[in-house]
Amino acid sequence: MTLNTPTQHDPLVRLVDIHKRFGPLVVLEGVNLSLKAGETTVIIGESGAGKSVILKHIVRLIKPDRGEVHFGGQRIDNMAERELAILRPRFGFLFQLSALFDSMTVGENVAFPIAEHTRRKQSEIEDSVSEKLAMVGLDGLQPKWPSELSGGQKKRVALARAIALDPELILYDEPTTGLDPPRADEINELILKLKTELAVTSVVVTHDMASALKVADRIVMLRKGKLVFDGTPKTIMKTDNPRVLEFVEGRCSDEVLDSLRSKG
Amino acid sequence: MPLLYEVGNRTLPVIIITGTFVGLVLAVQSYDQLHAAGFEQRMGVLLTATLIPELGPVLAGVMLAGRVGGALTAELGTMRVTEQISALTVMGTDPIRQLVVPRFLACMLFAPLLTFSCDIFGSLAGWFVAVVMKDIPSSPYWYYIAYSMETWDIMVGFLKSVVFGAAIGFIACYKGFHCRNGAEGVGRACTESFVISFIVLLVTDFFIGTFFSGLYRALYGLKSLV
Repeated sequence: MTLNTPTQHDPLVRLVDIHKRFGPLVVLEGVNLSLKAGETTVIIGESGAGKSVILKHIVRLIKPDRGEVHFGGQRIDNMAERELAILRPRFGFLFQLSALFDSMTVGENVAFPIAEHTRRKQSEIEDSVSEKLAMVGLDGLQPKWPSELSGGQKKRVALARAIALDPELILYDEPTTGLDPPRADEINELILKLKTELAVTSVVVTHDMASALKVADRIVMLRKGKLVFDGTPKTIMKTDNPRVLEFVEGRCSDEVLDSLRSKG
Repeated sequence: MPLLYEVGNRTLPVIIITGTFVGLVLAVQSYDQLHAAGFEQRMGVLLTATLIPELGPVLAGVMLAGRVGGALTAELGTMRVTEQISALTVMGTDPIRQLVVPRFLACMLFAPLLTFSCDIFGSLAGWFVAVVMKDIPSSPYWYYIAYSMETWDIMVGFLKSVVFGAAIGFIACYKGFHCRNGAEGVGRACTESFVISFIVLLVTDFFIGTFFSGLYRALYGLKSLV
């Protein structure tokens, strides 16, 4: 066995000392994170903390300035796009804005990755599309256009597209943002369902604490480019870190409160 | 194929109108001077010498940049800001191959066709002014055009249009692809796409024109059109 061959105990994803800046803005400053197979990790943090940037590093939509990204035992941050294209069907990514192709129908959207990566017949593709849409509770919507769907339906169709090739890892970028509470909870339930039915590893980026507490096996918090908390939904409720508590309880810090009051 | 249809459908009517009116105006304005010099039967020569190697490709290019280039930039820019391009990458599909290559080729292939339409309708409009309005006999109008036009002129016009089409396709796709976030980003990308295409078009026109007229002189010497 070579050093690069993953074993069952190796993490599926490993981020090592990731640094990233956009111009003068430092986003990530030495992030280390390993994700175990089958686990749902929720990354919380304020808007602009760099949560989505971490997610985009895992699928190599962004390359780190420094550090390494490993997936399934292979280093991917410096891999050629051609090699990476072979790995890509193993990721599913749910984008914040759903990112459905608006020139294609719902059915064509979900069929797209299947047609790109497999040599299945049209009828087989249609069966898969139907199966995936049924998983998110939307079978029958194939002929609709993305513009005809509600926000929640778009997210679910995008999720069906993300799982079209049965990925090992699903990344959710703010899956409940912009949805009303019942629709947001549908997405939470779907995340849990996919975890049990497909045995996938999931990473959820969110600032919705209700969602985080419901779906997480593990919660990490990102603040100012660094991970400041790593624990479970239970331990985060008992933390004594004031910054983490403010976030969990959804209240602003004492300094901000003082400054708001003093300026009256 | 739907893309080609889109490009053609959006631009062809506009280019026909443009070509026709440019032909009409050129003919009307040049008639008096030509008539005074006794050259009015050669009006078509002036028209086609202006249209085929020069105005045809430029006008078709401007229309393509405004009508199609802007729309392409807006389309790709919107795909960029709504993360559809990232979605393609994540799914292991090369967005360049999927989105840019067909749009680029459509622009490059359609530009000569649009140019050709502009030339044809411009020349017919000139014929209308000459023959119908100014009573110049039809056969000398066409005879002098046939006498003065060479394959060379047509090829220069064709080559220019291919280069313009390629430049417009490239600039429109590049600007859409590298669009900044938000509606403002898309708007700005579209404006820049048109302005840059227009400038590039005029500058390359000058260089191609200079190069080929120099080459023609070196190979065949000066040819008088009158």
